[in-house]
Amino acid sequence: MGKDFIHLSNISKSFDGQMILDELDLKIKENEFMTLLGPSGCGKTTTLRLLGGFETPDEGKIFFDGKDITHLPPNERKLNTVFQKYALFTHMSIAENIAFGLKISKKSKAYIDDKIKYALKLVNLDGYENRSVDSLSGGQQQRIAIARAIVNEPKVLLLDEPLGALDLKLRQDMQYELIRLKEELGITFVYVTHDQEEALTMSDKIVVMNQGYIQQIGSPEDIYNEPINAFVADFIGESNIIDGVMIEDKLVEILGTKIPCVDIGFDKNQPVDVVIRPEDVKLVDPSAGFMEGDVVSIIFKGVHYEIEVHANGYDWLVHTTKMHPVGSHVGINVTPFNIQIMNKPESSDEKAVELDV
Amino acid sequence: MVKKIGSRIYLSIIFLFLYLPILVLIVLSFNNSKTRVKWGGFTLKWYASLLENETIIEAFVMTLQITLTASILATIIGTLAAIGIHAMKSKGKAIMLGATNIPLLNADIVTGISMMLLFVRFTELGFSTVLIAHLTFDIPYVILNVLPKLNQTSKYAYEAALDLGATPLYAFYKIVWPDIRPGVFSGFLMAVTMSLDDFSITYFTKGAGVNTLSTMIYTELRKGIKPEMYALSTILFGIALILLLVMNYRSSKKAIN
Ligand SMILES: Nc1ncnc2c1ncn2[C@@H]1O[C@H](COP(=O)(O)OP(=O)(O)OP(=O)(O)O)[C@@H](O)[C@H]1O
Ligand SMILES: [Mg+2]
Repeated sequence: MGKDFIHLSNISKSFDGQMILDELDLKIKENEFMTLLGPSGCGKTTTLRLLGGFETPDEGKIFFDGKDITHLPPNERKLNTVFQKYALFTHMSIAENIAFGLKISKKSKAYIDDKIKYALKLVNLDGYENRSVDSLSGGQQQRIAIARAIVNEPKVLLLDEPLGALDLKLRQDMQYELIRLKEELGITFVYVTHDQEEALTMSDKIVVMNQGYIQQIGSPEDIYNEPINAFVADFIGESNIIDGVMIEDKLVEILGTKIPCVDIGFDKNQPVDVVIRPEDVKLVDPSAGFMEGDVVSIIFKGVHYEIEVHANGYDWLVHTTKMHPVGSHVGINVTPFNIQIMNKPESSDEKAVELDV
Repeated sequence: MVKKIGSRIYLSIIFLFLYLPILVLIVLSFNNSKTRVKWGGFTLKWYASLLENETIIEAFVMTLQITLTASILATIIGTLAAIGIHAMKSKGKAIMLGATNIPLLNADIVTGISMMLLFVRFTELGFSTVLIAHLTFDIPYVILNVLPKLNQTSKYAYEAALDLGATPLYAFYKIVWPDIRPGVFSGFLMAVTMSLDDFSITYFTKGAGVNTLSTMIYTELRKGIKPEMYALSTILFGIALILLLVMNYRSSKKAIN
């Protein structure tokens, strides 16, 4: 992948004395599909607005293609935004909406007409030129907003929860369309969402944020398989997060039971968070597991059963394709490789994590 | 049934009280007789003699000048003020809105006298003092008409325009202006009505040389009632009525859209 294209360098931003972003440092590569992921209010939109030029950082600088654009007004930045909501021009037709940026850059009428056709085709809304904004559904409006942004051939497209208002089916369709668009256009996408599934599906790189701090940056696989702390583990998919103590290298104690793991380098008797994904928990014969328990609930979820097992005072969440009726006595087992050991929150960054978990 | 008839009668009495005086005035303006108590047949001669009366024509021209200048300036200042207030944080906004409402609630005569006291301290009373006085009570009406429209506009649409390369001015003209234009226009019409009608504030701030229609009518009436004044008042009523109809028509047309 290409070079670092955008650099948010040590950005701090407060509103009304409240720190929203604290020394955020983020690099975005050329042609990357990068997703900012985090719970509501964690500063995703603020980060995007800093990039778009609608907010100025209190401290820090923003570099775009090597140039400092920290104080450049939005209309002079070579990037376009698809806003979180209601940003189409309601008193203009669809064609006029799409042509808005092109008219400003004084393109010829023929060029503009071509572009409108091309963009509408790209977002699967051919023939909508003369419709009014009000006559479109939420999903169609968002697609027009995307069309309006991409006709300007920006180097970077900023998308702020563009699919937030859509129902599940339409959202999935649009996710595939956005990936296709990104591939066709070959530009950088900076995408904001609080939907972890969406982030995992679409991104090359995910930035997990919480309360203005970056928790982890990595590929979807990295983030899912190797969450760096309990917050990320909990936010990305469901997890069993259990207090534990590291007995020695490759041996951890949880819920009064010592179990083998693969992690080394922790202090003796150091308190840790132990994270186990529900699909990694194996339900076996009571004698064959490292712990015994009883099934307290089972829900059919389509591809798997979601089972809750009460064992040693903890309710384990288990995903399995095999049916275990409520009340049955089972054993719990986890391959050492699938046990994640994490440091307990210590620094102020991670304190923020603890509040939220 | 009885209730219905009762409410009809009640309504009729109210309308009678409201409109009978104006009706009498209008009838008298067409009365071919100098006395108020006798109907001497239909005539337009009071209207004709209006046109020959120089004092009246002068006052009419003065009224138009003050009304239009004040309304146009108030519309510009008020619209800009509304944009400023709209952009404020909630605390400053509340303070500014309060400050805007005070001139509306204050009794005209108090406003008039206090302005006179202020003006004579610094300058001679005349056209410009009347103009300033009119501006102070016109601007709040414009602000109060424009602000709700601004609240309806989407902040994101304006930002989207900037994002697509528009300068702030162009974005305002293309995106915000179409949304607030009806409010600006009705604010202007209200300012016109207020300026046209005003007596108390004009009376105290006008000085010797300046007369608008309302202050002129007042002075003339003290000298004795002339039927021309009925004709003039009828015309003023007519203008106010037309403005009102225009405003209502515009808002009902909008309601249909
Ligand atoms: N202009 C502003 N003035 C004051 N506070 C603001 C402003 N903009 C954002 N905030 C605050 O900053 C915090 C982060 O807001 P932001 O919009 O960046 O969150 P977000 O991560 O986009 O959340 P969501 O998923 O709900 O959109 C919130 O607590 C919000 O109240
Ligand atoms: Mg947001």
